[in-house]
Amino acid sequence: MKVKMLSRNPDNYVRETKLDLQRVPRNYDPTLHPFEIPREYVRALNATKLERVFAKPFLASLDGHRDGVNCLAKHPKSLATVLSGACDGEVRIWNLTKRKCIRTIQAHEGFVRGICTRFCGTSFFTVGDDKTVKQWKMDGPGYGEEDEPLHTILGKTVYTGIDHHWKEPVFATCGQQVDIWDEQRTNPICSMTWGFDSISSVKFNPIETFLLGSCASDRNIVLYDMRQATPLKKVILDMRTNTICWNPMEAFVFTAANEDYNLYTFDMRALDTPVMVHMDHVSAVLDVDYSPTGKEFVSASFDKSIRIFPVDKSRSREVYHTKRMQHVICVKWTSDSKYIMCGSDEMNIRLWKANASEKLGVLTSREKAATDYNQKLKEKFQHHPHIKRISRHRHLPKSIYSQIQEQRIMKEARRRKELNRIKHSKPGSVQMVSEKKKHIVAVVK
Amino acid sequence: METAPKLGRDVQPKKDKLQAKKKKPRRYWEEETSPTAAGASPGPPRKLKRNRELRPQKPKNIHIRKKSRISKKPQAPKKPRERGPQRSLSGAQDPFAGPAPVPGEVVQKFRRVDKSKKLPRSKSKTRSRLEAAEAEEEEVSVRAARSELLLAEEPGFLEGEDGEDTARIRQADIVEAVDIASAAKHFDLNLRQFGPYRLNYSRTGRHLAFGGRRGHVAALDWVTKKLMCEINVMEAVRDIRFLHSEALLAVAQNRWLHIYDNQGIELHCIRRCDRVTRLEFLPFHFLLATASETGFLTYLDVSVGKIVAALNARAGRLDVMTQNPYNAVIHLGHSNGTVSLWSPAMKEPLAKILCHRGGVRAVAVDSTGMHMATSGVDHQLKIFDLRGTFQPLSARTLPQGAGHLAFSQRGLLAAGMGDVVNVWAGQGKASPPLLEQPYLTHRLSGHVHSLQFCPFEDVLGVGHSGGITSMLIPGAAEPNFDGLENNPYRSQKQRQEWEVKALLEKVPAELICLDPRALAEVDVISLEQKKKERIERLGYDPEAKAPFQPKPKRKGRSSTASLVKRKRKVMDEEHRDRVRQSLEEQPQKQEKAAKPTGARPSALDRFVR
Repeated sequence: MKVKMLSRNPDNYVRETKLDLQRVPRNYDPTLHPFEIPREYVRALNATKLERVFAKPFLASLDGHRDGVNCLAKHPKSLATVLSGACDGEVRIWNLTKRKCIRTIQAHEGFVRGICTRFCGTSFFTVGDDKTVKQWKMDGPGYGEEDEPLHTILGKTVYTGIDHHWKEPVFATCGQQVDIWDEQRTNPICSMTWGFDSISSVKFNPIETFLLGSCASDRNIVLYDMRQATPLKKVILDMRTNTICWNPMEAFVFTAANEDYNLYTFDMRALDTPVMVHMDHVSAVLDVDYSPTGKEFVSASFDKSIRIFPVDKSRSREVYHTKRMQHVICVKWTSDSKYIMCGSDEMNIRLWKANASEKLGVLTSREKAATDYNQKLKEKFQHHPHIKRISRHRHLPKSIYSQIQEQRIMKEARRRKELNRIKHSKPGSVQMVSEKKKHIVAVVK
Repeated sequence: METAPKLGRDVQPKKDKLQAKKKKPRRYWEEETSPTAAGASPGPPRKLKRNRELRPQKPKNIHIRKKSRISKKPQAPKKPRERGPQRSLSGAQDPFAGPAPVPGEVVQKFRRVDKSKKLPRSKSKTRSRLEAAEAEEEEVSVRAARSELLLAEEPGFLEGEDGEDTARIRQADIVEAVDIASAAKHFDLNLRQFGPYRLNYSRTGRHLAFGGRRGHVAALDWVTKKLMCEINVMEAVRDIRFLHSEALLAVAQNRWLHIYDNQGIELHCIRRCDRVTRLEFLPFHFLLATASETGFLTYLDVSVGKIVAALNARAGRLDVMTQNPYNAVIHLGHSNGTVSLWSPAMKEPLAKILCHRGGVRAVAVDSTGMHMATSGVDHQLKIFDLRGTFQPLSARTLPQGAGHLAFSQRGLLAAGMGDVVNVWAGQGKASPPLLEQPYLTHRLSGHVHSLQFCPFEDVLGVGHSGGITSMLIPGAAEPNFDGLENNPYRSQKQRQEWEVKALLEKVPAELICLDPRALAEVDVISLEQKKKERIERLGYDPEAKAPFQPKPKRKGRSSTASLVKRKRKVMDEEHRDRVRQSLEEQPQKQEKAAKPTGARPSALDRFVR
C-alpha cells in the first residue's frame, strides 16, 4: 500500500514574525474562483458608483481680469504658465501652481482679439481692436524699465485672430484677409482672400506645418497652403463657424465649432461629409481645443457650459458647469492632457480636471493598480444598462436641461415632417438626408 | 525522443557536428534522453508524484512530458520566438530560446471562452474588438497555465500493491501508514447521548460545527481540537450550517431558525423561517436557503437580514436539498422522483429532472457544477450531466440505497448507506466518478446522518447516530488553496479584510441563473429586438445597404443606356449571390429535417427528444 495524505507545513503559510508580510499563496484554478463574471460585474458597478461620487472636476478660479476673458494661450515649454487676454485690452500671465497672476500688461486699446506664443516660449504675440500686432517678451521688464512690446506692427484693418507657426519664425493673422508674416518684417509675406468677409480665426496645422485653416463669417471654412499664394479649398456650412482646431496627432483631421450648436470633425481630404457631427450643446459653440493625445477635445459654448467629446463619438462624455460661470468664450486643454482651462464672460479663468474623478497627486503603486483594474472593469461592463445609466448621469442647470428637452421636441417634429414628406411624395423623389450631410452646403476647390 | 533544441537554419553543418559532440542541454524536468537510460529513467521525484495520481498511470501522460519543448496540441498558444536558438554577441547560444512551453491540456483547464461558439454577426469594428478580447483571454489562460508550476503542494493518493483493492484498506491501516500530523486528523467523537448528528465544515476547512437531534450544538477548531462553544438548545436540531465566516452559525431547530455566534450566544431567531429541515448557504450571494416542512424554499439575505424570496415548491415536505457551487442554483429532491432546480429570481423551477422511480433520498453536485449525483428510494445511484442535457451518465444499484451523498473538491463521491460509507473516485476533477469499484469503504458505529468532505484537507466528516467520525480519504481535497478566497491559515486581520471585500462584492440574488457566465455574453436577442424597434420608430433602416447608384463617367460614356446596363449588372450579381447562398443552405435544411432513425419510422419517434 502506498499512501500520501495532504499534509501542509503551517510554517510555509504563516508569516514568521509580525513584521513580515502575510503570505498569500495563489491558485488560479477557475473552480476555486466561482462566479467570476457576476463578481466582476458587481465590482464594476461599485467602481462606476465611486467614480460618480468622486467626480469633483473644478479645481480653481483665477480672478483678476477687469473684463471678460477673450482669449487664452498655453506656454509651449512651461506647463504652469498661461496667458490670457481680456476685453479691456489687458493681457495677464498666470502661474497655475501658485494660482496667481504673475504679470499684467495693458496691451491694447479695446479688445485683445488674439494671443499666441512663439514655439520657443520666449515671446508672445497679441492682436487687438486697435489694428496693431504686438510682440512681447515672456519675461517681465527689469527694474526701472518700461513694459513695452518688442515690436509693434500697425495694420490697416482690424485683426481678429493670430496664430504662430509651429517651427519657423512665421505667424499668421486674420481679419479681412489671412496675412502671413515674417517676424522680422513689418509687411506680410503674403495675404490670401477668398470672398469678402471677416475671418474670425486662423490656425496652423501642428503636423503639416505649412497648412492653415481659417473660418469666416460667410459660413465657410477655408484651407490654405503657405507655400502657394492661393487658398486650397473651402467648405460652406449651414451656419458660420467660430473657430477650428487641428488634431495634434492626425494631420488631416480638424474640428470646427459651429454657430448651429454642433461641432464638426472633418477630414480635409473629403470635406463633403464630416467624419463626425458632435451634438450636445444647446447654444452656439464658441471655442474648441484638442487634448494632446488627439483622442478627445473640449468645447466651450454660449450656453455657459463646457463639454468634452471623444473624437469618434457624437455625444459628449462630460459636461462642466458652475453656477457663476457665464458664457464661456475660450477654452484650452493643457499640454500634459490633465487639465482644462476656460475663460468666460464674468472675468474669470477656471481650471478643471480633464478626468473628473481622477485623483491628483502621486499615487502609490497599489492605488494605481486598483484604478487601472477598475478602469478595465468599467470598460468591460460599460454596455450593461444599470452601469450605463449611472455612468451617464450628469446634473445640468435647469436652463440647459429644459433647452435640451425643447430641442429634442423640435428635432422630433422636423424628423416627423420629413418622414411625412417622403411618405406622401413619389417614391424616390425625396431622399432621407443623413445628419452628416445635412449641414454641408457646398465644397469649393 | 529528441529534446535537443532545433538549430537555426543559418547554422553551418560544421558547427552542427561540434554541437552534437557536446552534451545536449537538458531542462531539469526533462528525462534523460540517451537510449541506454530511456528504459529506467527515474525522473525527479517530485514529477513522479505528479504522475502517480489517483488514476491508473497513463503512459501517454509521460509521453507528452518527454516531448520536446514545443507543445504537441494544435490549440496550444502561438509562440512568436520559436525559430530556434538565438545567437548572442559572444557566440553562445540560448538553448531554450523563446518562452517556456505550456502543455495544451493545462491551458484548457483555464480557458474560459468557448471557441466552438461562433461570434454573432457584427460590424467589422465590433468584431475586431471582440477578437482582441478573445485573444486577450487566450493569453490570460496561457499565463495562468504557466503559473501552475508555482503551486507548492501535491494532492494525496492511495494505491494498493499489485492487484490489491484499495477498498479493502481500512482506516486503521491508513492511520498507521501516514505521518503523525495526518494521523491526528482521524478521530471519533463518541456522543451517543444526543442522537444522530448533522455537521458542517466552514469554508476554509478549519472549523467544524455539529448539532445532534437532541439539541446538542457545538463548534470547534477541529485541526487544533479547540472547542469554540458547546450548548444545548433544548430543542430538536434539524440542520446546522456556518454562515460566510466561522463566527456565525445557523441552526435549524424544531420550530424556527436560529443564528448563534461562535460563543454560543443566540443572535437572531428568525420566525419567518419555521420548521426548517435543511439549510444551504450561498457564500457569494450571502443567502441562506432554507427548505421547510411546509414546502417552502426561502432565501434569507444574511447581510441585511431580509427575506429575498419565498418560493413554494408545491411538492410537499422538502428534506433533500443541495446547492450547485458553480452557479448557486438550489437543487431540491422530491418524493415523486424529480429533482427541481431553483433560483430566487424565478417563481417556477429553472428545470425539473426526473431521476428516480419513487422518491429522491439524496442529491449532491460537484465543485465544477458539471455532475449531479442522486440516490433514490429505488436503491439506485445515478450521475447526471448538468451542463448540457440533464441525462444520466452512469447508474448503479446499491444493495441498501444511499441516504446521503457528498462530493469532494477533487470529484470524489461519498455515499452513506446505513452504517457504511463508500467513496468512489473518478479520473480527475472534471470527470464523473466511476461507480464500479469503490475507492474506500468504512463501517461506522451508527447510522450515517450527514456527510461532508472537509475543504482543503483529505478528510471526510461523517455525522452518525454514535457521534462524529473524521475519516481520512487521501486525494479528496484541493491541495493548493487561494489565499485571497479561502485561506485556512488566515489571521484575524486577514479575515476581517476578506469579510469587508466579500460584502462589497456581494452578488445580487437576481443574478442566479443556470449559466453564471451569461452576463459576459452578447445579448443578441435584445439587440435584434432593439434594432427592430428602431427601424419601426425611424421608418427606415439606417444600416441598410443603399441601392447601387452608378457613378457618372466622363467623355460621353455616361449615356443613360450604359448607366442602366451597369446597374443591371450589379443587380444580377447580387441576385446570383443570393441564389448561391440559398442553394448552399438547402442541403443543411434537408439534413435537419431528415430523421436520424433506422429503416422505417416508428410510432415512438414522436417521444424522442
